Amino acid sequence: MSARLTRDNVAKVADLARLELTDADLDRYTEQLSAVLDHAEDVASLDLDGVLPTSHPLPLVNVLRSDVVVEGVDREEVLSQAPSVEDRRFRVPAILGEEP
Amino acid sequence: MSAIPLTAIEIAAAVRSGSLSAREVLDDHLARIDARDGEINAFNLVMVDEARAAAAVVDAQVAAGEDPGPLAGVPLALKDNLCTHGIPTTCSSRILEGWRPPYDATVVKRVNAAGAISIGKTNLDEFAMGSSTENSAFGPTRNPRDTSRVPGGSSGGSAAAVAAGFAPISLGSDTGGSIRQPAALCGVVGVKPTYGLVSRYGLIAFASSLDQIGPFSTTVADSALLLETISGYDGRDSTSINAPSPSLIESLGEGVDGLRIGFVTELMGEGIAPDVAARVRQAADALAAAGAQIGEVSVPAAAYGLSAYYLIAPAEASSNLARYDGVRYGMRVDAPTTAEMNAATRSAGFGDEVKRRIMLGTYALSAGYYDAYYGKALKVRTLIVRDFERAYADFDLLITPTSPTTAFKFGDKTADPLSMYLNDICTIPTNLAGHPAMSVPFGGGADGMPVGVQLLAPALGEATMFRAAAVLESAAPALDEVWS
Repeated sequence: MSARLTRDNVAKVADLARLELTDADLDRYTEQLSAVLDHAEDVASLDLDGVLPTSHPLPLVNVLRSDVVVEGVDREEVLSQAPSVEDRRFRVPAILGEEP
Repeated sequence: MSAIPLTAIEIAAAVRSGSLSAREVLDDHLARIDARDGEINAFNLVMVDEARAAAAVVDAQVAAGEDPGPLAGVPLALKDNLCTHGIPTTCSSRILEGWRPPYDATVVKRVNAAGAISIGKTNLDEFAMGSSTENSAFGPTRNPRDTSRVPGGSSGGSAAAVAAGFAPISLGSDTGGSIRQPAALCGVVGVKPTYGLVSRYGLIAFASSLDQIGPFSTTVADSALLLETISGYDGRDSTSINAPSPSLIESLGEGVDGLRIGFVTELMGEGIAPDVAARVRQAADALAAAGAQIGEVSVPAAAYGLSAYYLIAPAEASSNLARYDGVRYGMRVDAPTTAEMNAATRSAGFGDEVKRRIMLGTYALSAGYYDAYYGKALKVRTLIVRDFERAYADFDLLITPTSPTTAFKFGDKTADPLSMYLNDICTIPTNLAGHPAMSVPFGGGADGMPVGVQLLAPALGEATMFRAAAVLESAAPALDEVWS
């Protein structure tokens, strides 16, 4: 049902996923993703009323550990891998409207 | 060149007995890597200094009368999506280039504790997304048996490293076939264990409900040994099964007499190359000759596995890969605001296929499409689990091809993502169900390239699966035996 997936859809999805695409990328991805979604139509067209979803192969239960202090990863080592750090915290550019 | 044995079990026995040093074993394998990895490109990084230090420790233990463990002195290659403390771990992506993890994956700790020598990080399709290793940011890996062909993927580097003799054993990860398919294409053994049997702590996540770490080796027994070593409960993985590790080695020789083994009819027809299908039939004959009862079985929902997988896996990936935002690790492309920095970083850091899957997943999860795509795919997953349950009521194991064809040429499928995805048609249903499966080399196809036969078992059925694998191994035709 590639008719449903438009170039505008792809541009919107790229924006949601924080990806910048060129015009050529948009054209190519629209075509390629449409082909994959066409193939997925055999799933989308199945009548699955009354079938419960399976999101995981195991019956998941909350796993708790005892409230005991254990050694974690080293803070300085973690910070040493970040692109930008200030006062032992991750540093990012402006988030809201303030001046950078 | 040397009398260095080729299997992990032989190497460990020689090193433990003191008849061979870990250093000699390592030097021999490093020489092979030096001689041929320029051509194969199995490794993103060869850990020469770390490996030499680890070998020295093993040799000192032996000299002191201590036992270094069941993998004493055995060189082992690690897929480059397994975290290694202080050693670059890239997922073959620009976005993680230069990153040094602050911890070891649980499997890395376990193999090191067993005396193995980690010799390097192997190439993969970026973030394990692909079936040919052509999606690596650091160039493709070549199939050691014919360098004009792909090694399969995504664990192509780990499969090629074993096939080329760079290491007798390696670790990969399998989300939709990423261990079994490259094992088949390179002519080695590859195992995807039961979901939860092996800790995923420190495996960089692609699709968390499907990912599982597993072994590659040249022999069935070596994979059994490595799986015994890495499996078992880990409190750091909330999906880890709290049960003892299976005993695989001790039952390897028990044969298949009386076992019921089913051909999956949905995975033997359209889309499977005739030479591959012929080898699978020959493998079933070999199992029958060893006393197994062979029958046909239908797993109807398997036909929908591929479609469901290519909605579920990208959906989980789009969520898991949101963390690569240029803030805490990896590369950053500067921009005036954080939102622009996130987008600039991700656009420069991710390759084509990763972007495609992130977008597919974001779309499948987005308002208005969630029910039609992701929601339905989860229900299909239920049907697949039910169909396997029915099949395993009548059969102990199932048998299929691992891959629909032998290794294909570079560039054959890169322009059409869907044709690449179709490669995973036989391997994907297992991941959706969370069951174990493995690929065992069984002769060659019409082109002389290796064919892999896939054995499937119900959850925690590894011991039975390995018994059948051992029978196939001893019955397998030589790769150069003329196909008829």
